[in-house]
Amino acid sequence: MNQPILIAQNLTKKFKSITAVDSVSFEIYPNTIVALLGGNGAGKTTTMAMLLGLVTPSKGHIEILGQDFESNRFKTLNHMNFSSPYLDLPHRLSVEENLLIYALLYAIKKPKKKLTKLAHDLGIEKYLKTPVGKLSSGQRTRVALAKALINNPSILLLDEPTASLDPETADWIRQYLKKWRKENNSTILLASHNMSEVERLADKVIMLKQGRVIAIDSPKGLIETYGQENLEEVFLAIAKQKHLAKT
Amino acid sequence: MYKLAFFMTVLSCNTFDASKKSLMRICALVLRQLFILRRSWPRIVELMYWPTIQMIMWGLVTSFLAETTVWMAQAGGILIAGVLLWDVVFRGQIGLSLAFLEEMWSRNLGHLFSSPMRPWELIISLMIISLIKTSIGIGGAVIFASVLYSFNIFELGLPLIGFFFCLICMGWAIGLIIAGLLMRFGLGAENLAWLVIFAFAPLSCVYYPVSILPDWLEPIASLIPASYVFEGMRAILLDDIFHHNLLWQALLLDLVYLIVGVIIFLLMFRSARVRGLIHQMGE
Repeated sequence: MNQPILIAQNLTKKFKSITAVDSVSFEIYPNTIVALLGGNGAGKTTTMAMLLGLVTPSKGHIEILGQDFESNRFKTLNHMNFSSPYLDLPHRLSVEENLLIYALLYAIKKPKKKLTKLAHDLGIEKYLKTPVGKLSSGQRTRVALAKALINNPSILLLDEPTASLDPETADWIRQYLKKWRKENNSTILLASHNMSEVERLADKVIMLKQGRVIAIDSPKGLIETYGQENLEEVFLAIAKQKHLAKT
Repeated sequence: MYKLAFFMTVLSCNTFDASKKSLMRICALVLRQLFILRRSWPRIVELMYWPTIQMIMWGLVTSFLAETTVWMAQAGGILIAGVLLWDVVFRGQIGLSLAFLEEMWSRNLGHLFSSPMRPWELIISLMIISLIKTSIGIGGAVIFASVLYSFNIFELGLPLIGFFFCLICMGWAIGLIIAGLLMRFGLGAENLAWLVIFAFAPLSCVYYPVSILPDWLEPIASLIPASYVFEGMRAILLDDIFHHNLLWQALLLDLVYLIVGVIIFLLMFRSARVRGLIHQMGE
């Protein structure tokens, strides 16, 4: 049986009196797409930031690619990459310059060749000389994705990959990610509050609410268990249940 | 610029080891700043602007004083040399701090720190960028000093290399502390990048000997590497004597400053990770 590629155990992050992530545990297996699903403030971004080493957990343990993440952080980050709408690539640099810099940061062999292939695959060839700041949000998302795929990551973390995109571009991105994952045998962890996106993409869903895991299952499994039509209804039903339990 | 990128490409085709990867990452970070510099000629002009203006102003003061005082007539280059060398400290610090600020302004720190880049690689790259920017800035002023006032800073001879190294190290150390504070306190601390260095100016004794200071300030000045450099500079220009011990004392203090700078930078980085500040930084 496959070993998990990523294990999070009792992951907790407290910011003073606020608990942003509360004892979150999950395992992610290779060649899967897993979604962290939850509303605003559910702890998705903080969880991702901990998995990337940007935030130190208050408690808990992360194991990635069979190694303790904290003590092997830099080595492990060679095999990971990430994209988020909350971070930018430098606006004044051209797409080509930005991607070249990241290719060098990840010590890619033959960076020019890699860059050309990615630009072709993601349809950004004609923007290579354009400063990133002059691109539309759809084009910028593709460039951010190119940056995230530059090292062929074994684990790709995507924070709201289709946020603020029109439906057509969002669909193109989803199709591309599915294809890329199959071709590269990679694992994707995506954070989203777009239920239909998660339903279409993910093999497994980790539902978060107020920093806690409230359910883990496949989208189909969750829909069946809760007897609902779709994930959105499942999410609302769980939220309601919790709310009722509290009152 | 692309030749450097090409060089990196060739380098990347060869066998990989940790040091080569580190070198590539440092080059990537330097390359990013050079791309920015290349895209903005006002930035290049700005690098040379203040050193040149200051040098012109102090050159005129020197010309005036040379006509009225015997001492200044004998050592006319002291003020101009002071201006040029003090700018090494200032440019060294501001070059490093601004390179770090560039990453914050462009909300790029999250990308950088989620890559395999080690903090020490970032530190080295910031120092290289600062060295390049300082050389451009001071280079312009040195040329103007030579053309306008027939003052040749290279008359200081070989010790000039030691002076330059000591002063830029002091700038880097202060720059690293400021970069650390920026990481910890965000862009609210941005003004520190412009202001902190000026607190060191009076005690560095750029234009006057340390003995001029009040007795209680002299021990404090003795903790600043630049004060030894400027004493050494004056000894060469006035008495034509090079005091090795002054340079060594400055170097020793610089070593302490750099160690403190790196430690504070790393502690602030650790604190920023604990507080979840890195991926939130930006305008």
